[in-house]
Amino acid sequence: MGVSVAFWVLASIAVLAALSVVLVRDVFRAALSLILCFLMVAGLYITLSADFLAAVQILIYVGAISVLIILAIMLTREVQQGSPSNRFRLPAFFVAVLFFAGIGYAMLNTPWQISSTPPLEPTTPAIAGLLFGPGGFILPVEIAPVLLLAAIIGAIVLVREK
Amino acid sequence: MVGLEHYLILSAVLFSIGLYGALAKRNAIIILMSIELMLNAVNIAMVAFSRYIVPLMLTGQVFAIFVMVVAAAEVAVGLAIIIAIYRHHDTIDATKIDLMKW
Repeated sequence: MGVSVAFWVLASIAVLAALSVVLVRDVFRAALSLILCFLMVAGLYITLSADFLAAVQILIYVGAISVLIILAIMLTREVQQGSPSNRFRLPAFFVAVLFFAGIGYAMLNTPWQISSTPPLEPTTPAIAGLLFGPGGFILPVEIAPVLLLAAIIGAIVLVREK
Repeated sequence: MVGLEHYLILSAVLFSIGLYGALAKRNAIIILMSIELMLNAVNIAMVAFSRYIVPLMLTGQVFAIFVMVVAAAEVAVGLAIIIAIYRHHDTIDATKIDLMKW
């Protein structure tokens, strides 16, 4: 019962925040709505009993990525010009609606094999075992730092003064 | 009672909103923010699958962690590209950045 109420509240706020990201004219307000949406998604992870992922979501998205986005907004002068649409506004709307119709139809008509097992709690030891244990995802874990290092070096090279 | 379908539809709604923003907006930063929205929507779907279909395996949550890693790398490089373009062209309007258009 409490989970249902939490889901509906979090989901409606998340959808409203996401809508205001694409509809609000002020770029800075759009960024703030995006942060609100990230927070609501973290709450949704908690309703899915993914506690570790909720913490990671708040640390990475609400903490780091939103700061980067606000920094970029402050460094560029487009804040005054707002966030106008291009001339593909109507086609883009139809593409989005069509995509939603198609994927929603597929989601509602697939016979998912719902398991009745209660979810694992807490999830942190199990995720650690999956990431670092034998037969887990150790190779992607080793590759991820390489990707992050490449991204850091690439970002430095791109914004360096000539 | 909230089930798997609720989370999937919510994820589809968020993804469609992000898709609209990525296609219809002119500000490059707003486009990047829409892409972040889409990545978050995918994460919700994967965690929901993990919770309702294989509750003891948590594979979906591990995939979500990797998506977050890639999203962090993507936003760092994307914003660096946007700032580099802004230095050269004094604009981040995606309709005016047509250097590679024939």
